Amino acid sequence: MTAPAFHTQYVLRLADNALVLGQRLSEWCGHGPMLEEDIAMTNIALDLVGQARLLLSHAGRLEGRGRDENALAYFRDEADYRNWTLVELPNGEAAHDDYALTTARNALYAALAVPLWEALARSSDNELAQIAAKSVKEARAHFRHASEWLVRMGDGTEESHARAQAAIARLWPYTNEWWAPDAVERDAAAAGIGPVIAELKPAWDATVDAMLDQATLARPADVSFVSTGKLGVHSEHMGFLLAEMQSLARQHPGATW
Amino acid sequence: MPAVVDEQLVRAHALAAAVPDPEIPAVTLEDLGILRSVHREDGRVVVTLTPTYTGCPATQVIADDVRRALSDEGILDADVRLTLSPPWSTDWISAEGRRKLREYGIAPPAHAAPAGTAVLRFVKRPAPARPDPADVAAGTGAIACPRCASTDVERLSEYGSTPCKSLYRCIACREPFDYFKPY
Repeated sequence: MTAPAFHTQYVLRLADNALVLGQRLSEWCGHGPMLEEDIAMTNIALDLVGQARLLLSHAGRLEGRGRDENALAYFRDEADYRNWTLVELPNGEAAHDDYALTTARNALYAALAVPLWEALARSSDNELAQIAAKSVKEARAHFRHASEWLVRMGDGTEESHARAQAAIARLWPYTNEWWAPDAVERDAAAAGIGPVIAELKPAWDATVDAMLDQATLARPADVSFVSTGKLGVHSEHMGFLLAEMQSLARQHPGATW
Repeated sequence: MPAVVDEQLVRAHALAAAVPDPEIPAVTLEDLGILRSVHREDGRVVVTLTPTYTGCPATQVIADDVRRALSDEGILDADVRLTLSPPWSTDWISAEGRRKLREYGIAPPAHAAPAGTAVLRFVKRPAPARPDPADVAAGTGAIACPRCASTDVERLSEYGSTPCKSLYRCIACREPFDYFKPY
């Protein structure tokens, strides 16, 4: 089966977002701020990597070049990755992991993932619709977890409030990438495969505004910066992430245990 | 003409249904509701399972266990397939499965929230309403301590020993317990 390129690209973006965020969250394994959250991050990472496996396998079949989930995850280079820049940003600044940043990113991401999976559950691509119907259940749980923590931090101590506000401010410009449609999204929407992401902005705004309000956090001002990860042009952090994720598979191709 | 019973298929169904879950061996695949069908295709036995969580590490083990359970009984070429649709829900766990979970020390899941239910929950949760006796009997009502049945419980950690469970504590008997999350 060879699907139109826009179809494969659309699914690949979904897959890469789940995979790269899953990889970032798995970095918390053994480093969480407390045992319960360490377990939570690895469990959420497990959900995301599980979603990525289904989506990558599907993208490989759509592409029709015989690449399976492992070939796509481990043997594609940076420019072929199609995730949003937001999900590849490190868990903190200069090797200081910041749980507020992780929590804020999970909340902003899941607030979009819920309506996105809901829309994709009606996709004309039956396989994608089935993956979406499962993934939406997980995205709801991820949003509940992250938003409860963000409210606890924002409406917590002076320190936790300041760090939660700084995290939202740092991440906010990267959400612009969602609201910048391109040919892949428009063609996919025309074919009934999935929505133009910008169409979900009203739903996302309502959810995020309610969350920020509860958390006593200010909604940052909008800026004109637009990141370009979904086009394959990534931040300086992406190469390091892929190096860690792919090195074992590339040193020992086909390795199993 | 009497319907012909495919005895091997009946046996294959019984064998697959009785395979224990690798992480919660007290319950079988049938109890969990993840055995979707057993049918014959071009002479071959086909077992269809539905995965629980997309990333559940047990999924592959379960498929291997089913293949082994059948081959141990002489059904050598069974095809084990996974289907995503309709998506598995904890509402599919049988009454028998819920009873077994409780006896094993895991509180069975309440009803899964219907789609569209608001996921934001910032307000303090109200005191639990008096549980519906029908729900209690079916094991689908309020979260109850699997040891003393008290519904006076608190959540310690949303994520627990496996992706499908949360860690709770019973206020009445002070014992911690696992809660199978609605999904």
